[in-house]
Amino acid sequence: MERAFYPLVYFLIFPGFLFTSIIGLLASWVDRKVTARVQWRVGPPWYQPFVDILKLMGKETIVPAGHKASFFLLAPLLGLIGVTLVSTILWVLNLNPGSSFVGDLVVILYLFTLPSLAVIIGGAASKNPLGALGASREMKLVLGYELPFLIAIFTVVVKIGSILFQDILGFQQINGIMLRHPSGIIAFVVAIICTQAKLTMVPFDIPEAEQEILSGPFVEYSGAPLAVYKLTRAMMLFTLPVFLITVFWGGLQFSGWDLLWTVLKYVALLVIIILIKNTNPRLRIDQAMRFLWGPVTVLAILGMVLAVVGL
Amino acid sequence: MSQIVPIGPYHPLLEEPEFFTLKVEGERVVDMDVRIGYNHRGIEKLAESKTWDQDTFLVERVCGICSTSHPIAYVNAVEDLLELEIPERAKYIRSVVAEMERLHSHLLWVGLAGHFIGYNTIFMWAWKYREPVLEIFERITGNRNHYAMIRIGGVRKDILKEDIPDFLKAMDELAKKNEMLTKAVIDDPVLHARLKGVGVLSKKDAVEYGVLGPTARGSGYDIDVRRDAPYAAYDLVDWQVITFQEGDVFAKAAVRLLENAESIKIIKQCLERLKELPEGDFFVPVEEIPVGEGIGHGEAPRGEVFHYVRSDGSNCPIRHKIRAPTFQNLPSFKASCIGETIADVALITAAIDPCYCCTERMVAVDVDSGKRLFNGQDLVRLCQEKTERIRDKMKG
Repeated sequence: MERAFYPLVYFLIFPGFLFTSIIGLLASWVDRKVTARVQWRVGPPWYQPFVDILKLMGKETIVPAGHKASFFLLAPLLGLIGVTLVSTILWVLNLNPGSSFVGDLVVILYLFTLPSLAVIIGGAASKNPLGALGASREMKLVLGYELPFLIAIFTVVVKIGSILFQDILGFQQINGIMLRHPSGIIAFVVAIICTQAKLTMVPFDIPEAEQEILSGPFVEYSGAPLAVYKLTRAMMLFTLPVFLITVFWGGLQFSGWDLLWTVLKYVALLVIIILIKNTNPRLRIDQAMRFLWGPVTVLAILGMVLAVVGL
Repeated sequence: MSQIVPIGPYHPLLEEPEFFTLKVEGERVVDMDVRIGYNHRGIEKLAESKTWDQDTFLVERVCGICSTSHPIAYVNAVEDLLELEIPERAKYIRSVVAEMERLHSHLLWVGLAGHFIGYNTIFMWAWKYREPVLEIFERITGNRNHYAMIRIGGVRKDILKEDIPDFLKAMDELAKKNEMLTKAVIDDPVLHARLKGVGVLSKKDAVEYGVLGPTARGSGYDIDVRRDAPYAAYDLVDWQVITFQEGDVFAKAAVRLLENAESIKIIKQCLERLKELPEGDFFVPVEEIPVGEGIGHGEAPRGEVFHYVRSDGSNCPIRHKIRAPTFQNLPSFKASCIGETIADVALITAAIDPCYCCTERMVAVDVDSGKRLFNGQDLVRLCQEKTERIRDKMKG
């Protein structure tokens, strides 16, 4: 009984669904507020993202006529489950690094692609030319950023010699954070660029480009499924920076002043992402691919080489 | 396999209703068509039922953004009919209002262009810089848009001496901000990647499609009504026509941003002259419009505006013909958009700074078959038949 109960609490309440969505929505408020201030606007009050989700939950769910509702409605849930699992695993490991749970990077990296996969399935299932176009753009973008992202993350693996989170956290506690090494810094920069693409934020908001294809995959979505997508996006905004902090920046600490330091690390990363978003125009998909497979991948390989050499 | 991607009739990108159909293969556009006519208001016909004075304010409603270039072209046409010379002060005031309008229109476009490429920070900043221009408009004319500043024979209101120092100060501040914005656009490598070589309209195509305004000047087609057929005070002040040779979206953006600097230059010179000229002499009263016809041009922010009026000596024109610049600029998408990607098409069509409500024309279509009822030849035939009928009547 107890063995089944605890994982369920972890998954649904803390640090899983409820906790991640609350912090994620607050993060999306920070996004909106900072964006507004950069653009000389006032910005919404802190509860606005919560109200938005609540409102969408109460709206009618319309399934476009003439195709399978199952794919259309299950796709958003797939993404939500993926991001919740990632968040749960990351937090359980950060809260007690010595726990018996064996989680490795590969699991997390797989789960992180679920939200993108959900967008692709949903967009393709919406039977709308704009949705299909958005899905195809998302697919290309995934191909684009996964390569440098994996190289950047595996730079850390090479440096530490293990793909287990316990080892990565333990190594950083003893030998100092990854950002002390040149290879770590390069990999971190590459990972931030890929994070921008994973979050589909400007300059990589190509799949949903509302000025070109009317928010692409989401064009036919309404009501609760749309809310789930928005929630997934907000949770990614929380989970991805936490992942980067865990891998590169010594993980999360919760005792005394370290708690404040942890919060500051997260907010700093968030603001960097938001500022990149607000000081760039959107790229075209071919330009984005060229950028991600060109300079970014070269940079990532450079970081990897440095790590192999031992820097 | 090709697919049809619609842009419009109601699309968040476009502030007006119009309908582009893009025939795409993957991301590439292989053919494109446009349908307008969602916003037809029959202003030319309406103008025939209103008096000469009322028409000045009616034609302002043709366009919300270039709302002073239409009255200027209209009064130019009427003054051409009257062979009237307006006071010097009125000329300067007309130029000031027209250039202020160019400033706010170009800033608005820069903001929208930023929005189209997902660069919302530029959008908000450009519109913030536009705000002081509108405030000055409110101060000198009483309105932020639709200034109602022009009348036949001069202008409706004077620009007062006490307003001029603040006005000049605001222009100096705007000049700095515009320079900053120009640099931000011209030096940004990501914007280069996004705008350069996109939607190239060659000079040959520009001439063949007869494009106007910044669209033409961005393609190296050096035309500007302000210089070529001067009206208002444009031959009395020192300024330059900006042209670029590339013909891409970047060139069009650069033309507009540098034109802003020229506009500020013109406004400052006009204001300096207004300080010296005696106040109060800003119109000549016009009692009657004789029989005749007149044409008038004006360089709107989007290109040349053309007005034609004909009078039979009554208090209304019997024919009023308007041609707005977008009518000429819009079809050039056939030359500039095909072969580009969807991501760029929205931007390229926006780069001509389209104003669809100015462009609306009426087309009679048979609803059942979807066929056009009157083509050019039909209209010529109808016209000849009417002449025949009149001739018969006169005989009989």
